[in-house]
Amino acid sequence: MITQLTIHEAHGLLKSKKLSSMELTKACLKRIKEVEPRLKALVSVTGELALKQAEKADQRIAAGDINPLTGIPVVLKDVLCTKGVRTTCSSRMLENFVPPYDATVVEKLNNCGAVTLGKANMDEFAMGSSTEHSAFFPTHNPWDLDRVPGGSSGGSAVAVASDEGIFALGSDTGGSIRQPAGFCSVVGLKPTYGRVSRYGLVAFASSLDQIGPLTKDVTDCALVMNAIAGFDDRDSTSVPEPTPDYTKCLSTDLKGLKLGVPKEYFVKGMQPEVESAMRAAIAKLEGLGAKVDWNVSLPSTPYALAAYYIIAPSEASANLARYDGVKYGFSYSDADSMWDAMEKTRQFGFGDEVKRRIMLGTYALSAGYYDAYYLKAQKVRTLIRREFDQAFAKYDALVTPTSPTVPFKIGEKTEDPVQMYLSDVCTLPINIAGVPALSIPAGFGDGLPIGMQLIGKPFGEETILKVAYAYEQATEWHKMRAEIK
Amino acid sequence: MEYETVIGLEVHAQLLTKSKMFCRCSTDYTSAPPNSHVCPVCLGMPGVLPTINQQAVEFTVMTAIALHCTISDYTKFDRKNYPYPDLMKGYQISQYDAPFGHDGWLVIDVDGQEKKVGITRVHLEEDVAKLLHRTIAGEGSYSLVDVNRSGVPLMEIVGEPDLRSPEEARQYLMKLRSILRYLGVSTGNMEEGSFRCDANISIRPENSPDTLAKVEVKNMNSFKAVYRALSYEEERQRKVAAAGKRLFQETRGWVEDRGVTVSQRSKEYAHDYRYFPEPDLAPLVLDRAWVEEVESKLPELPEARRNRFEAKFSVAVGTAASLTSSKEMADYFEDCLKASREISPKEISNWLLGEVSRIINESGVDIAEFRKMVAPEGLVRLAKLNSEGVVSAASAKSVLGQMYQKGESADDIIKAQGLGQISDAGAIEEEIARVIKDNAPAVADYKAGKKQSLKFLVGQVMRATRGRANPAVVNRLMEKRLEEG
Repeated sequence: MITQLTIHEAHGLLKSKKLSSMELTKACLKRIKEVEPRLKALVSVTGELALKQAEKADQRIAAGDINPLTGIPVVLKDVLCTKGVRTTCSSRMLENFVPPYDATVVEKLNNCGAVTLGKANMDEFAMGSSTEHSAFFPTHNPWDLDRVPGGSSGGSAVAVASDEGIFALGSDTGGSIRQPAGFCSVVGLKPTYGRVSRYGLVAFASSLDQIGPLTKDVTDCALVMNAIAGFDDRDSTSVPEPTPDYTKCLSTDLKGLKLGVPKEYFVKGMQPEVESAMRAAIAKLEGLGAKVDWNVSLPSTPYALAAYYIIAPSEASANLARYDGVKYGFSYSDADSMWDAMEKTRQFGFGDEVKRRIMLGTYALSAGYYDAYYLKAQKVRTLIRREFDQAFAKYDALVTPTSPTVPFKIGEKTEDPVQMYLSDVCTLPINIAGVPALSIPAGFGDGLPIGMQLIGKPFGEETILKVAYAYEQATEWHKMRAEIK
Repeated sequence: MEYETVIGLEVHAQLLTKSKMFCRCSTDYTSAPPNSHVCPVCLGMPGVLPTINQQAVEFTVMTAIALHCTISDYTKFDRKNYPYPDLMKGYQISQYDAPFGHDGWLVIDVDGQEKKVGITRVHLEEDVAKLLHRTIAGEGSYSLVDVNRSGVPLMEIVGEPDLRSPEEARQYLMKLRSILRYLGVSTGNMEEGSFRCDANISIRPENSPDTLAKVEVKNMNSFKAVYRALSYEEERQRKVAAAGKRLFQETRGWVEDRGVTVSQRSKEYAHDYRYFPEPDLAPLVLDRAWVEEVESKLPELPEARRNRFEAKFSVAVGTAASLTSSKEMADYFEDCLKASREISPKEISNWLLGEVSRIINESGVDIAEFRKMVAPEGLVRLAKLNSEGVVSAASAKSVLGQMYQKGESADDIIKAQGLGQISDAGAIEEEIARVIKDNAPAVADYKAGKKQSLKFLVGQVMRATRGRANPAVVNRLMEKRLEEG
């Protein structure tokens, strides 16, 4: 099945003219038609656009103009603005919103000649860990259709895991790329804050959001990073640091590399199968030549969740203020007055989780509470950053589980927001620190995927890609395919 | 009880940058069709990000330096949250606790005495869109949004409550506007809304440090309106206090056509703006060397120019102050001197503060408008024609009026209307002979020793020549004729 190809495999075939982008694109659209009714990974399928782009890509390739992403079909999380293509954020509020511009990453993929298959389902405005908070429908995990794919980039992870697309882009504010990557057994990277432009990414929490790839293996992850990373003068928080060729660092030799295992990430309530898979995976890394310190401490870790749930909702409360029904998106038309229209637009346009976070953030920023909540959370943030800095003075990378559990059942945690929030306990400190981290398939528990998280120092993507690549080459997890029942 | 008035002004000035504060749209919107100077950024579309306009930062720092402020080493932008349809993002990017400049002052003239008025802070923010309210008879009212103004750089200058009368407030505003114009950072046009003023006014028993309720007055669209509104308000507050009633802290709007202020909002409904640092923009650390460079490039300011005029051109203190009160007037003055060395500074200042000022006051324009019709070279030419006796002083005034009306040169007007002064003895003697013949009683009086009859007879000649005869020549010839018998 050609949809199972990785980017680098498909690229080889496209380059040697053994495969056309049109064939590959049609195969993906066929696969989508086949499995989508069971998975519900996509909010929009852009078949017509995809065929047009595939045709153009084939023309480019015929003219000898090919790069690793030319003609490769991609699925975009529906939080990335696409000119002329509906961008919903899986919200009623933007159900019919068609952006007049492309996000920088979309522009970059288009320039490479990538083919857009569709827009992936997500938790509304990227707020959630299961994709159940989509206003349209939940997405199902291909490894067990009764279970969640993780979130918020659940649709993107499922599209890759089920071979609907060759790769996908997601966004990660507290684990939204890595946790679904772990739940679906694909590779997902959250780059260093500022490494990838956020222009055109519909903002959830501006100081935490980053765009990143979801791919079938580590080489693909490096290839996508080559295409999307870099400074953008439209994003003042993007960093003018030179972008390396991320494929250059991939090697199987980990000799001399120092890895740390922070003990605080082996939390209470971690499932035993996750813990044992982790211990086995880390032992494997030792076997590959890495020196592992099993007893690292990042003492402020337990406060990360609380700090995150102050900072992220505070920023969100302002970022989502623009949705008032005046300019675009859903607008409640049967109102008594201007204020009534604005209030009802938000009452009916937003889902419960979004409203919960807007209220949390509004409260935390209110006069008299700012110092106790927002300011305190920023101080915790500084502490967490400092601890990571100190750890990276000693270690090249840190290793933790991506999530304390395997994918949970649909509906299992929707009634208890705090239980849902705990699903990101291993991933959100990384956003708070702004450092890069990726999740890589590291085994299964009862047939359900388990992810390993590798954390790097700022702009240390190459190191964690190298460790991930060595591990991947020494294991078979990434070759396993879900049987969609 | 005697009360003292306490006034502090908040001024918002649009900056004369080419592009908007956070995007590349043009700021030149005054004659543009609605919503023609907009882009995803200033429309507040989902996913957009701001980038700082460096020119706006420079203009703000220039202003802060000119107002003797301390320039912050570390400064940042903050989000000011409030919902309103003219605010595209639901928050305004402004500055909260780290403005560009703080703790400065400017000097005003009060009854010939210099008075220092404190400047609390100078900060930078973005303007909001314009709402146009429409009413259709029988159908009710609605509003339209013009986004052209949204995102135009707006500098806020907050003054200390050091002003003690509406006249001082007017002086402060004039001086501040003059400084902004000297710097070339704002047009300072109040009627067009590029220079706006809100006032805080209260009264307190003399020698008491505590004011009664502070009232904010808004909606004043001209210097005159500020003066009238504050005069009304200090009177109103004194009357309420004299009647033994309580004054409330509130916001009141000036109603121009009725000449009153009316209550708009009481303090209980005050906003909680929930300020927090703008996460989309990194804090700015101002380089000392750059600030010094900005300072060294500052143009000459009103006080310095006044001192220079006094010293260099030997004009009186009051004259120098009047000439330099506006940059355009001072420029005009210096350009006249550059145009010709034959006309003295005193002569030019007489023209400018005399007839030119009279014309612009009567026409309700400023010197810049006057200059469009009469260039400094034109005024100098007229002054020269007058001093050489080609045209009489009375005629010269009339010629200047016509130059301003028609935009023609002095020479052309004089020639076309035959206004040239008659110095030709032959022509004048003819008139003298006629006047002597027609006014036998006055001639007899003169001969009887009433020497003042000469004045009457000369006046008759001047009248007959419609002022064109050279009075000195007429005087000399008339006296000679009468003495001759």
